[in-house]
Amino acid sequence: MNFIDELMTNPALTNALPKALGETLLMVGVSGAFVLLIGLPLGIFLYTSAPGGLRPMRVTNRIVSDVIVNITRSIPFAILMIALIPVARAITGTSIGALAACVSLTIGTVPFFARLVETSLRDVSSGKIDAALVMGSTRLQIVAKVLVPEALPGLVAAFTTTLVTLVGYSAMAGLTGGGGLGQLAYNYGFQRFDTTVMLVTIVIMVILVQMIQWIGDASARRVDHRSAATAGAKKHRRHEPATAV
Amino acid sequence: MITVTDLRKVYRQGNREVVALDGVSLSVPKGSIHGIVGHSGAGKSTLVRCLTLLDSPTSGSVSINGAELSAARDADLRSARRRIGMIFQHANLMDSRTAAQNVAHPLELVKTPKAAIRSKVAELLKLVGLEGFENAYPSQLSGGQRQRVGIARALASDPDVLLCDEPTSALDPKTTDEILTLIHDLTQRLQLTVLVITHEMQVIKRICDSVSLLEAGRIVEHGPLRDVAADLGGRLSTTLLPLPPAETNGSGTVLEILYSGDSASEPVLTGAARAFGMDLNVLAGSVESLAGTQFGHLRIQLPTGADTASLSRHLTGQGVAVRVVQEETA
Repeated sequence: MNFIDELMTNPALTNALPKALGETLLMVGVSGAFVLLIGLPLGIFLYTSAPGGLRPMRVTNRIVSDVIVNITRSIPFAILMIALIPVARAITGTSIGALAACVSLTIGTVPFFARLVETSLRDVSSGKIDAALVMGSTRLQIVAKVLVPEALPGLVAAFTTTLVTLVGYSAMAGLTGGGGLGQLAYNYGFQRFDTTVMLVTIVIMVILVQMIQWIGDASARRVDHRSAATAGAKKHRRHEPATAV
Repeated sequence: MITVTDLRKVYRQGNREVVALDGVSLSVPKGSIHGIVGHSGAGKSTLVRCLTLLDSPTSGSVSINGAELSAARDADLRSARRRIGMIFQHANLMDSRTAAQNVAHPLELVKTPKAAIRSKVAELLKLVGLEGFENAYPSQLSGGQRQRVGIARALASDPDVLLCDEPTSALDPKTTDEILTLIHDLTQRLQLTVLVITHEMQVIKRICDSVSLLEAGRIVEHGPLRDVAADLGGRLSTTLLPLPPAETNGSGTVLEILYSGDSASEPVLTGAARAFGMDLNVLAGSVESLAGTQFGHLRIQLPTGADTASLSRHLTGQGVAVRVVQEETA
């Protein structure tokens, strides 16, 4: 019963853990919302401005695609995070805490999500776009009524993957003073050799990721009408084993 | 009506120029169905894309009911496109929309009131025989049903022109027949002008009033179905009324004859045989009813030493086209 007692009495778990979990959720939630808000339009832009796209813009597409997205994505997040500290301070007024971490989390993840959005949109068959064009759709109508709805299962899956990535990045952000579960694991688990805290943190992280993945998969299935199996058999799917991560 | 004048499309591939359309002109009168046949690579797909301005033609013009499409830009082009209903080989329905929502799609684009959309969609689904399938997603429908939704969607904006790009090429023979019947009925009922692009001769035989043969970006033969079928030795006639490859034994002259309409109802062949007192050997034949006219295309062999010239004259006199395929061998 030593371990159970430990769980109940260890101040790191009883006091610091709920606060850390809250910070992690805050970081993932806030930066997730911003990533969606910025990354979705950016991904749509990458797709539509590409050569042969709805509205090709050679130079702008090149700049956004190669310079911003690829360069940002080629810098490891740990380094990007430190490099962005001045930016975080300029935006949030502070360089420590969960909110400050959101800045680097958002900037670091937007290009990743935008690329996933672009890939999902590419999967929409050109025949559907042709059909919509012949109906007399404007470009905006094609984006709103064809591209996004038709790619929705892929977009939901892409956002799920992005949220899971954010959970991982938020733990890293904890190391530079962002707070959250990452900082908890580092301060107590690593620096104080508190194995229990380490273990509990890991378990919570795994559960968090599993839950995001599970909700994401379920939502993707709900909006997916592409095959008769998923369109007609929603109710029977409930008893299938959950998808492993 | 649809008028296409000297349409050209040249693609650049590296520093090589590929001429996909080399001066295509055609005109389809209101209320009729015109078929364009050709093998793959003949330029059919390019023609469809240029007709709807999905690709802009290098030169030439496309006009629908006198409205110039090739000169239109943006808003004008969009409103011009609304006068074209288009049916695709794979229907190209939105998977995220139900049958009813797919049909409603073109109406939503012009901000039609919800109630008007609802009644129009119900009417269209009834027109194509899909009552009760309003809430089915495309994945729950068969190929033929999907194509019916596609047709209903194409008609939603009350177009003047229906453009069909290989409408039945992905369907089985029975469904093909049903879809063709539907297109034919709708054309008559709604006084549509229809252009069907296909590689299937079956489609031409079943519904077209006139036909063009597209080859290497040019129209090499065209005319009313009845005329092109009656043109013995013509490319379209040969495909419309096909004969198996020649396989002759014996040394007599081999003729190909083509009769149609009135002469088809008379026993031309037995009449000739009786008049000349000779036995005629039918080697191959193809008899069909096209555009309401009976056509017969036969390959016959005459006995050795027969008077080919007077027999030909006799047949020609009765309105039968005659062509010598193989002279008598000594």
